Amino acid sequence: MAKPTMNLALATGALALALSTAVSAGDTASAGMLAGTCYGCHGMHGNSLGPASPSIAQMEKTAFVETMQAFKSGDTYGTIMGRIAKGYTDEEIERMAGHFAAQKFVPAKQEFDAAAAKKGVKLHDKYCEKCHEEGGKPIAGEDAEYSLLAGQWVPYLANTMTDFREGRREMPKKMKKKLDKLLKKEGEAGLAAINAFYAGQQ
Amino acid sequence: MNMNRRDFVKAAGAATAVGMVGVPQLALGAGKKKVVVVGGGTGGATVARYIKLADASVDVTIIEPNTHYHTCYLSNEVLGGDRNIDTIKFGYDKLEAMGIEVVHATAELVDPAAKVVKAGGKDYAFDRCIVAPGIELLYDQIEGYSEAASRKLPHAWKAGEQTRLLRAQLEAMPDGGTAVIAAPPNPFRCPPGPYERASQMAHYFKQHKPKSKVLILDAKQKFSKQGLFTQGWKALYGFGANQAMIEWQPGPDAAVVKVDAGSMTVETSFGDEVKADVLNIIPPQRAGKIAQVSDLTDDSGWCPVDKKTFESSKHPGVHVIGDACIATKMPKSAYAANSQAKVCAAAVVAMLKGEEPGTPSYVNTCYSIIGKDWAVSVAAVYRLSEDGKTIAGVEGAGGLTPMDASPEARRREVQYAYSWFKNITADIFG
Repeated sequence: MAKPTMNLALATGALALALSTAVSAGDTASAGMLAGTCYGCHGMHGNSLGPASPSIAQMEKTAFVETMQAFKSGDTYGTIMGRIAKGYTDEEIERMAGHFAAQKFVPAKQEFDAAAAKKGVKLHDKYCEKCHEEGGKPIAGEDAEYSLLAGQWVPYLANTMTDFREGRREMPKKMKKKLDKLLKKEGEAGLAAINAFYAGQQ
Repeated sequence: MNMNRRDFVKAAGAATAVGMVGVPQLALGAGKKKVVVVGGGTGGATVARYIKLADASVDVTIIEPNTHYHTCYLSNEVLGGDRNIDTIKFGYDKLEAMGIEVVHATAELVDPAAKVVKAGGKDYAFDRCIVAPGIELLYDQIEGYSEAASRKLPHAWKAGEQTRLLRAQLEAMPDGGTAVIAAPPNPFRCPPGPYERASQMAHYFKQHKPKSKVLILDAKQKFSKQGLFTQGWKALYGFGANQAMIEWQPGPDAAVVKVDAGSMTVETSFGDEVKADVLNIIPPQRAGKIAQVSDLTDDSGWCPVDKKTFESSKHPGVHVIGDACIATKMPKSAYAANSQAKVCAAAVVAMLKGEEPGTPSYVNTCYSIIGKDWAVSVAAVYRLSEDGKTIAGVEGAGGLTPMDASPEARRREVQYAYSWFKNITADIFG
């Protein structure tokens, strides 16, 4: 850890020297400076202490950018994120994405129903695992695609699922098909069991 | 840190080599850089923490008289009865664990020429000082009001004992009573605060004393989030109708100019006398006392600063953040103080190294809890203007919760208000 920090410090120093005569206003803020504006709600480095604002640490870069852009355009519903996302340029969003993708996700410490979680393992495997691999954990690798589900705050997962079901957030066709099947067979309890499974991965 | 002789020689050699290529301030033994932070509230604790995180080699000392800090944010929920006061109480142990020295003393003077802060009979030397004193309450702007009187007529605008006192008075008040909130003129700490407070008092009365009422006597003609508060008050507390649990009287006529603790009456600038069972007097404000005595304020009573670094426009080497500073469009809120502290910390760390501070980015989000499952918010993302003179909200971004928000959205905003509180207090106090 010491080495990259040192390199970063040297690079920052060099950059600062290079820019010291330039007009600073209008320059893009550093990734750390930009990301720091998010911590008040999403926790330091994006590990939220809950209960409802999600952790965004180790969020996949493309997913971060797409989510912020969708908030910005209004395609994805948010109580407050639309208003906030509009405040950042595309370049700033890219920088923030890089910062959060490089952090380590810390699973949320939350209560859950152990029996439901046990049932949730099977339901996740059957209905979700095909896309949300490895139980919804962050996956290593450059091109890995994932959503932070395992260890995510359940009130957030529940809110987002409500948005999917009520049409405030666009659902991929495959997801809709699987979700309809799950709800038909297992009902709301099935969804709760899957959330309990995510909550249980601490 | 343990260092044997051999390591020391190696380190010293390396340091000399670095010194020779022209970075003498990095040389071992040249003395650690010292930062003294005056005030351990939201701004002060955040700036201390973020300086230490960015550069552990900097000596950081906080001078703060109290051993614990009670946040003003969410203290209105204590008044409403939904929150225990211990949940808004924070200590400094985690800051101390990361090597920040916390001195419990009252700072008497910041001397920018001698580069020392005087506190408790000692001098604390600094390379850079950050003053985060919050607000001073101007008791004497209201006739009959004083710090002593506030022990009967609480302001509860600095949380802790005052919050406890006001809550106890609300609990002791008979049903059918009136609680008056005297709301201050601009600018003041937490612009939506008096109105969230009225909401929380009414929320308590509705459950336990339904014949009671809150009367806001305001110095102003309009207030923060007014449309949203009014909408919530109408829906929850019968605002505007007979038997309303909240009544608001606008300034300048309704401004409280005089109080009498004995007869529990207030007098407005119009000359009306109002008798109440509970009197919550929030007086006019200015930057905390240390900023006044250290010549950091201008005629407005607040501290002018460079908007990129929060360095005082009056005294180089001294920075002012949080409620005390003049930050153009940023309100005197917790998130604003936290955000300013991060900008200031990055600037101070750079300046101590002789580097140019980077481009800042600022944010504010503020939730107000109007009642059960009903919260509203305001948000803004800010940038430094091209000329570096103002902190301006990004156009097209930010703003208020829409008036047509669904009940589901209002319920979620309560959840997000609590999430904000948990996360920001950890960001501030560790």
